[in-house]
Amino acid sequence: MFVHYFDLALRSLRRNKVLTALMVLAIAVGIGASMTMLTVMHVLSGDPLPGRSGQLYHPQVNPTLPPRFQSGPISAMDYRSATDLWGAHRAERQALIANGSVRVNLPESGQPPLARQLLLTTSEFFPMFDVPFRYGGGWSASDETSHARVAVISAELNQRLFGGADSVGRSLRLNGSEVRIAGVLEHWRPAPRFYDVWSGRYLKGRTSSLYQAAEDVYLPIFTGLDMFAPMELPVHFCWADGTKITSMQSAPCSWISLWVQLSGTEAVRDYQRFLDGYVQQQKQAGRYQGEQTWLPDLMQWVEWNHVVPGNVRMQAWMAVAFLLICLINTMCLLLSKFLRRSGEIGVRRAMGASRRTVFAQCLVEAGVIGLAGGIVGWLLTLLGLWLVRRQPEAYADLAHLDLPMLVGTFVLAVVASLLAGVLPALRASRVPIGLQIKTL
Amino acid sequence: MQIRPVFSALRHHRFTTAMIVLEIALACAVLCNACFVVVGQLRMLRIQSGIDESSLAVVTLGNFDRDRLADINARALEGLRGIDGVTTVNVVEGLPFVDAGGASVSVDPEGQRGRYAADFYFGDRDALRTLGVNLLEGQMPHDEDLSATADDTQRVYITQSLARELWPHDDALGKSMWCCNGARFRVVGVMRQLIRAMPRDDGASNWSVFTAKRLGEMSSAQFLLRAEPDRLDAALRQVRMAMARQVPDATLDDSATGKVGDLRDRYFHSNRATANMLAGTMLALLGVTALGIVGLTGYWVQQRRKQIGVRRALGATRADILHYFQTENFLIVALGMVPGGLLAYLFNMALMKHYELPRLPVFYLLIAAVVLWLLGQLAVLGPAMRAAAVPPVVATRS
Repeated sequence: MFVHYFDLALRSLRRNKVLTALMVLAIAVGIGASMTMLTVMHVLSGDPLPGRSGQLYHPQVNPTLPPRFQSGPISAMDYRSATDLWGAHRAERQALIANGSVRVNLPESGQPPLARQLLLTTSEFFPMFDVPFRYGGGWSASDETSHARVAVISAELNQRLFGGADSVGRSLRLNGSEVRIAGVLEHWRPAPRFYDVWSGRYLKGRTSSLYQAAEDVYLPIFTGLDMFAPMELPVHFCWADGTKITSMQSAPCSWISLWVQLSGTEAVRDYQRFLDGYVQQQKQAGRYQGEQTWLPDLMQWVEWNHVVPGNVRMQAWMAVAFLLICLINTMCLLLSKFLRRSGEIGVRRAMGASRRTVFAQCLVEAGVIGLAGGIVGWLLTLLGLWLVRRQPEAYADLAHLDLPMLVGTFVLAVVASLLAGVLPALRASRVPIGLQIKTL
Repeated sequence: MQIRPVFSALRHHRFTTAMIVLEIALACAVLCNACFVVVGQLRMLRIQSGIDESSLAVVTLGNFDRDRLADINARALEGLRGIDGVTTVNVVEGLPFVDAGGASVSVDPEGQRGRYAADFYFGDRDALRTLGVNLLEGQMPHDEDLSATADDTQRVYITQSLARELWPHDDALGKSMWCCNGARFRVVGVMRQLIRAMPRDDGASNWSVFTAKRLGEMSSAQFLLRAEPDRLDAALRQVRMAMARQVPDATLDDSATGKVGDLRDRYFHSNRATANMLAGTMLALLGVTALGIVGLTGYWVQQRRKQIGVRRALGATRADILHYFQTENFLIVALGMVPGGLLAYLFNMALMKHYELPRLPVFYLLIAAVVLWLLGQLAVLGPAMRAAAVPPVVATRS
């Protein structure tokens, strides 16, 4: 039956090629535009660490004091709070994070130094965030306490400096001091760079920089502090204006993030209690004034920081509205197409075809148009994403059509055209028989 | 032309009419808002910076030992001054489209009469002159401006728009303002314009402060180069070599190095991309809407062939038939504009909530109405001409 309807649909579509082409084109343009923007939106708002993100939490406290006392938990911590909480080891895994930039070159290479982004962190960063290694591995906990001069570098930096060879054990010069390479990462592209998105909230939608590639150099945070002068590392903000800052360890500034891994609601509740207890204790000691805490998980934290760029969001909405217009348009065209054949439908009904049959046949025709529109729309989506990839945005390389979105393109096209076909098909199936036959 | 018969004909096609009215309404809503956003983005692109963008470039160094800043600055300056075509090199801290320090300023020490978030630029004695900033009041910095006055007040230049905000009824020159930790400034000059480092489309895009400092007081290694516009590219090509030679203990900060014009383009890139994308969407939208009108009117013409024939046989001219369809379309678009206007404001409210967009001016609704009416008339022309070509003899066939 379906094959017969399909055949009928093809015949009917072939009868008025221009109208068919216009309908397919209208659906294709709507699908192409909306799927391009929705794919970008999907890639940028997706889970950066599927399977693991539900266990990762970003504890926050409020260590600020007058004159710049804040009323809620702040996005990063001061050194003391961060190391106290980190050192308590109350979670399965925990890592401290601070970023900076560094001058990199090889000892005695004579090449001009490279400017690279640096992540100061602790040893559990790598297993906690599932960071893949190509050679070697992370540093050990004892390297941390002994302020060992070790580093992990990215695959890209390893390619640039060592031509991709195993560089574990070789030396690297960072801002003039030598460190030993402990490990080289595989290509790793978290999108967004979720562990470091707190600036998103202050960027007013211009957040595409949060999607840049991961850092190239990873150093134990305590080693890094030996190598940088105070305030050479970027800080979130300082709450005691004007005081001379002599060390980052005692600075009244928030500049370190803490991430913890907790599995199960029980563990989360325990950690929340621990965090509250710590804050109370600090308040009694006079080091804190506010007692608010917050323990968002990774996706909540990313969401709170408005990580998806504002213009991407707006374009996605516009594209959806555009698709809606294309659908209504398809509805109009289908209606005129079906009703033009009122005579034919009348004859079929007079010869015994039920309303249901006419309805089903019309819907199949709409579905065929949708499928054709989906194919052309898919090509237009590929073209649209190619255009996005040519933009000088940090997220440009991410704009690829993945399998769910590919399937989504066709499903959306067919479902949309079926939806658009329902009302016209209903109208067509209600064509009064007698009247139509008389006019033949 | 009588409208009544057109109306009663439309009432017979309530469903199809409703469809096309809905399409027009949605098209109107999207068109108004997209157009409004595009105009806003284009206004951003044309924003005046107040400096001679075309003959300026900036070079920024990073990742050096802070204790050796003076030495690094001296070596870099020597290297940059040796580049062919570069007429002047100044040390600066912050530039439009690069970066600047932000702080709130106020007209009283406690900030009780309001605080205004402004951008602070610093530069050596001649930097303001090199930038090409126009002074409305006061004089370009001299040597004596570089040291703080007896009462520990720093001399600053502020923009006209900030001056009007701080002292709406008074001349700003010679006034004091406060910032940060009770630091006091004296206004010694008013600049016509100096845009903020990260301008947005708001009234505060020009709230900037410039302070001249001694070379030794600088806390960054950022240099402003001036050259003839056609020699700027060649000069910048030499910068990398010169810096590698002169300051091997620092790196070039690529994100803050280049022609000011290029940095401006980079800053506004997302605005341009948004404008292009929305303009493309609007064109496609108009095309699709026209398509719907052509398809539907074509169907109506075909359906009414016989009636048209009768009218023609009864004495209606071709022009009457043509006008009939044109009037019909005019009415349909007019019907669509009512829900369209409402929808447009609904969309606008959503945009206002999420994107800090101002309210949609009625002007845009008028534009959308005119565009859609013209589009409708154009789209209906083909089918209407076909209708007008129906011969009266059709009436006699059954």
